[in-house]
Amino acid sequence: MPEGRAHQLAMQLVEQAARIMGAPRLIPISFAHIDACFYTGRSHVDFVRFLLDHGATLSVPAWTNNSVASPDDGGLRPERSDPEMVSGAHELMELYARLGCTPTWTCAPYQLAGGPKFGDHIAVGESNAVAFYNSAVGARTNKYGDYLDVACAITGLAPFAGLHTDEGRRAAIHFSCASVPENWMRQDIFFHLLGHVVGRQAGRRIPAISGLPKETTADQLKALCAASAASGGVELLHAVGVTPEAPALHAVFRIGETFDVITGHLNAARRELSTFNDGPLDAVALGTPHFSLSEFSELVKLLDGRKVKTATYISTSRGIREMLIAKGWLKLLQEASVIIPVDVCTYYAPKIQGLRGRVMTNAAKWAYYAPGMLGVEVCFGSLKECVESAVRGAVWRDPALWSNP
Amino acid sequence: MTVLHAGIAQGPVLLLDEPLSFWGAYDPRSGIIIDIHHPQKGQSLQGKILMMLESRGSGSAPGGLAEAIRLGTAPAGIILVQADINLAIGAAVAETLYGKACPVLAVAAQEFHELSKSAYLHISHDGRVGPSLDDA
Repeated sequence: MPEGRAHQLAMQLVEQAARIMGAPRLIPISFAHIDACFYTGRSHVDFVRFLLDHGATLSVPAWTNNSVASPDDGGLRPERSDPEMVSGAHELMELYARLGCTPTWTCAPYQLAGGPKFGDHIAVGESNAVAFYNSAVGARTNKYGDYLDVACAITGLAPFAGLHTDEGRRAAIHFSCASVPENWMRQDIFFHLLGHVVGRQAGRRIPAISGLPKETTADQLKALCAASAASGGVELLHAVGVTPEAPALHAVFRIGETFDVITGHLNAARRELSTFNDGPLDAVALGTPHFSLSEFSELVKLLDGRKVKTATYISTSRGIREMLIAKGWLKLLQEASVIIPVDVCTYYAPKIQGLRGRVMTNAAKWAYYAPGMLGVEVCFGSLKECVESAVRGAVWRDPALWSNP
Repeated sequence: MTVLHAGIAQGPVLLLDEPLSFWGAYDPRSGIIIDIHHPQKGQSLQGKILMMLESRGSGSAPGGLAEAIRLGTAPAGIILVQADINLAIGAAVAETLYGKACPVLAVAAQEFHELSKSAYLHISHDGRVGPSLDDA
């Protein structure tokens, strides 16, 4: 380990966290995902400047989470909207790149190649990425807050406690989906709603979920993880027969409460996530967490060459945008008047230009946060409902979806 | 009692009825609780010995506290029951960057209850807490 005040501070923070967590030792990590690059005040800039001024270097690959505003997002958050935040965000992006971070600028780093694998110990801060890496990948991380994430990346170490340990990964509550009709489980919206229900009931406990289809996709697990992390603080969930640590229920869950999920819970979640249900729309916001290539593929199919009438924003990473260009889809989407911000998310202030009033989304996480953060009204629906509504300029409901038992 | 981040502090006690997140629910520029769902919305934390059973979790909380310490709007010290890494890390980073201390302690529930009856508290560097300098 190199000497110097930056490394001393990083080690001090990791050891302080270890002491508070009661960790008997530190363990080497192989990857970090940095959240402290998201501007929340000058102290964030001062912190990384201190590190750079005192010789900090990274010990492991460290990818960056979303920024507040990006020079690459087409000026959707212009500097005049909040000069301190927007210029601070640009400064932070530059400083973290100089520290040696990989400039991924995404809340869904697991959609890019070259990330961590099953059993890897890692340090992640972004809540949906913590849940996805732990659950779907089987890598191991606690939720590391700002500064500690960077300290772990500099030292290459994390406290051996919580979700890094075998005992810390056992489920404490079981959700059975045996009563949910099969046709529901084939809908993308089901996984957002289930995530919302699971988060509400589980809180910070680790849930095991049984009865999900074997062919549950990465996009569906992403929705489940993001929604349950937002509504409850879930950092790891086991989907029996789907996620790698849960071939069977007894492998992850022995004793505890069982919660039977019924369609009534899912309908209630849908009502809870919407503040309006019909009428004209001002905007559509998709891509929380960042849209994947397969979600874009589905979107292109649903649009079927039509243009949107309502301002439609789909957040993604610059990495996925490269893939869109290669497929020729970016041009198709631009011709359809769809706006694709990169490096950022749309649910926090300062508001993206044009994002106001009555907004439709397919993301439970967006629906959960945006009304409070942006003061907008929100209508939650499936991807198909969002696309049809965007094309019509008013909320369209899928009769096939909501006439189910 | 556990010292999560050491420091010397004193100030009037502000006992929160519900946990507070230092990001989103609180404005470091003014030091005021802004969460419309928080029963003590509008109260200032500046210079107070902040007492709450636990912090509401947010990965951005360390930055919120560090920013408040930088701007001088932060509590003088924080007393919790549930140990919290985010507040300890935020206080540690702010002390390194700005040379200002904001001690963070976790105490047993019974001790928390007793201390919360005081109008004014002192915190010593080794984590002793009391209504006068002698107790601390």
